Amino acid sequence: MTLLRAYGDRDGDGMVQLSFTLELAPNAKAREAAKRFAEAHGLSEPIVATMEECAEGFSFFVVYGRSRHEVETSNIDVAEVHAEALTREEMEQRIVARLGRRIVLVGACTGSDAHTVGIDAILNYKGYAGDKGLESYKGFEVYNLGAQIENEQLVARARALRADAILVSQVITQRNCHKENGRALVEQLERAGWRRDVILLFGGPRIDHAMALELGFDAGFGVGTTPSDVARFLVERMCAAR
Amino acid sequence: MASVPMDPAKVARCRALAAEITADVQGYIDLHTTVGVERTILRAYGAEGVDDHGVPLVNTAVDRYREAGLLGRGIAYFLGRSLLGGAKSVKDAAERLAFASAIDDGSGGPGPGEVREVLRAPTEAALARIDRARDEREALKGRFPPGPTPLKYVIVATGNIHDDAVQAKAAAHAGADIVAVIRATAQSLLDYVPEGATTEGYGGTFATQENFRIIRRALDETSEKHARYVMQTNYSSGLCMAEIAWMGAVERLDMLLNDAMYGILFRDINMCRTFVDQYVSRRLIARSGMVINTGEDNYLTTADAIEKAHTVLASQFINEAFALRAGLKEEQMGLGHAYEIDPWVEDSFLLEIAQAQLVRQIFDRHPIKRMPPTKHKTGDIFFAHVHDAMFDLVGVATNQSIELLGMFSEAIQNPLLMDRYLALKATRYVFGACRHLGDEIDFKPDGIVARRAVHVLDEALGLLEQVKRDSIWDAISHGAFADVKRERTGGKGYAGVLERSPDYVNPLLASLEALS
Repeated sequence: MTLLRAYGDRDGDGMVQLSFTLELAPNAKAREAAKRFAEAHGLSEPIVATMEECAEGFSFFVVYGRSRHEVETSNIDVAEVHAEALTREEMEQRIVARLGRRIVLVGACTGSDAHTVGIDAILNYKGYAGDKGLESYKGFEVYNLGAQIENEQLVARARALRADAILVSQVITQRNCHKENGRALVEQLERAGWRRDVILLFGGPRIDHAMALELGFDAGFGVGTTPSDVARFLVERMCAAR
Repeated sequence: MASVPMDPAKVARCRALAAEITADVQGYIDLHTTVGVERTILRAYGAEGVDDHGVPLVNTAVDRYREAGLLGRGIAYFLGRSLLGGAKSVKDAAERLAFASAIDDGSGGPGPGEVREVLRAPTEAALARIDRARDEREALKGRFPPGPTPLKYVIVATGNIHDDAVQAKAAAHAGADIVAVIRATAQSLLDYVPEGATTEGYGGTFATQENFRIIRRALDETSEKHARYVMQTNYSSGLCMAEIAWMGAVERLDMLLNDAMYGILFRDINMCRTFVDQYVSRRLIARSGMVINTGEDNYLTTADAIEKAHTVLASQFINEAFALRAGLKEEQMGLGHAYEIDPWVEDSFLLEIAQAQLVRQIFDRHPIKRMPPTKHKTGDIFFAHVHDAMFDLVGVATNQSIELLGMFSEAIQNPLLMDRYLALKATRYVFGACRHLGDEIDFKPDGIVARRAVHVLDEALGLLEQVKRDSIWDAISHGAFADVKRERTGGKGYAGVLERSPDYVNPLLASLEALS
């Protein structure tokens, strides 16, 4: 048993902060409503630190309180992308030694999604947060198709380029359109009998590995992913498979 | 007022180069039209509505004449002939163009002179609609003066126009001066404008004429209530630049996102198409008195904000030159730039000040627009709030005209009601606390800020020299802007570009050109 409570400034105090809006004008009743709202979320002794009118008839609250909840951590088993901690040079060497050719990657933001910031951070030379993108590796041949690419186009380009891997980025997640898009791509590849021919990666701020696996991808990469995280996974898959 | 060193001769040289660069393109524009331009003309004459499948009448009519290879004469030519041939109204005439069993091949019958004559009254009516909205705006601004600069600009993006109206009023109540309803993400690639009030959209809400009216009504109520004119913005970009410009002009929008090159670079829309469309859209905007917001800020989301700062400045000169050719006044040119330097780079704040101040000085009559950090937002909302406050500090110290407020929830979700409220509150604090900071400080003549400003202008001048040598067509195909490469005949919408025939008829555009 490894039960944890939120850590404020003493072990087990359970202190958390909560901010939210209620459709109430700020007054004594609203303050009480915020307190009860916090209690309903498991906070004891809630302190309504801020109550301000944020729009007509709406109040913004900041509440601190002690969370009664605790979490058992010993039995947590999360799907995580596992890859050997290779350096950039080790990856380059392994591609040359074990594969003897470049790994071909095709990436895109699919559907109506116009936000290329994620796919660009992973693929473009510049990379992200000082970690150079996959274009900068000698061992990768990268095709970044950009935004608003339909699944059909993506699959066609990937086939034409004999891609080893397809990277799909989805930033817009309204009404789960990212899941529908992702699932549709997997189905399309399966119908065409090509699903086994490619490594399929899914990325975006609201994506995680478990979700990606559930949708039929090989891996999912969420917030904080660096280009080298993706590179390690690809090198491991490509260089172990043969 | 604090200033950075700025060599007027270099600035003049940049402007001269931009004028030459755009002269080449203007030559092309004047010989071409597009399906989007022709649809705009029909709309301006009063052809509205959709068929049972939601296809706008203007699309059916224009596509029919394009497919018949006749559109190079201008849809106005056929509209006028239909009116002369017995159509009861413009609407009836447009419906005949779209649905009549026989297509008018343009031969025989009334010629361009008679067509211009019959279109004289409809053309004047179209201009009067634009002027009426403009007069109304001026009157309202007189009654309810807008807030002080930098104007605080926020976006709403619920997907449902009725929720957008609630959020827009809430934002204005919390102190916003400008409200933009962000568009559904795929709309820029639709080659038609959807119709009616819409309640479903991914990443934003469709721009439709009815949606424009709904937000205008909500903001007018708010303006009246707070005795402060609250401005409305939408997007004249993508494949329907000119149609949206028309709708914005007559529904009294105050600003439109409108850029001469954004669609080419970031939406892969064909460059011929975009150049022609931006020109006609800007002719309408010029007449309507709206302010354009250009999109150079986007360059720094794909290219590095330190290394490529000069591409933003060079593009601003080009956007300005295109706008001048379309009759816009400097006071209508909200040239865009952004606070996108990696915040962890030492002295990043000084580099941001240098750029903001330089742009302020070079474009001193322009309502320049500065965009907040987005690229380096990570989901740490507490850090992001500080990051945004630093952006606000640059904005007020350098007296930017328009500031799109940063949202701490950037990179997580579309802003919540409270996110916008907190952004407005923090900005009110920074703008108030530092209102006259710019008047109180001087930059060291050879300090980091001054040297950076000189460096950026020098590089921009160098880039403009190169673009002049190569032509803008080639420069774009080499990735000179935003590190994005596009081909002259590539991209979306190229099939909708047509050469004007020698007897091309477009009385509305001719009037807009004559009156500027």
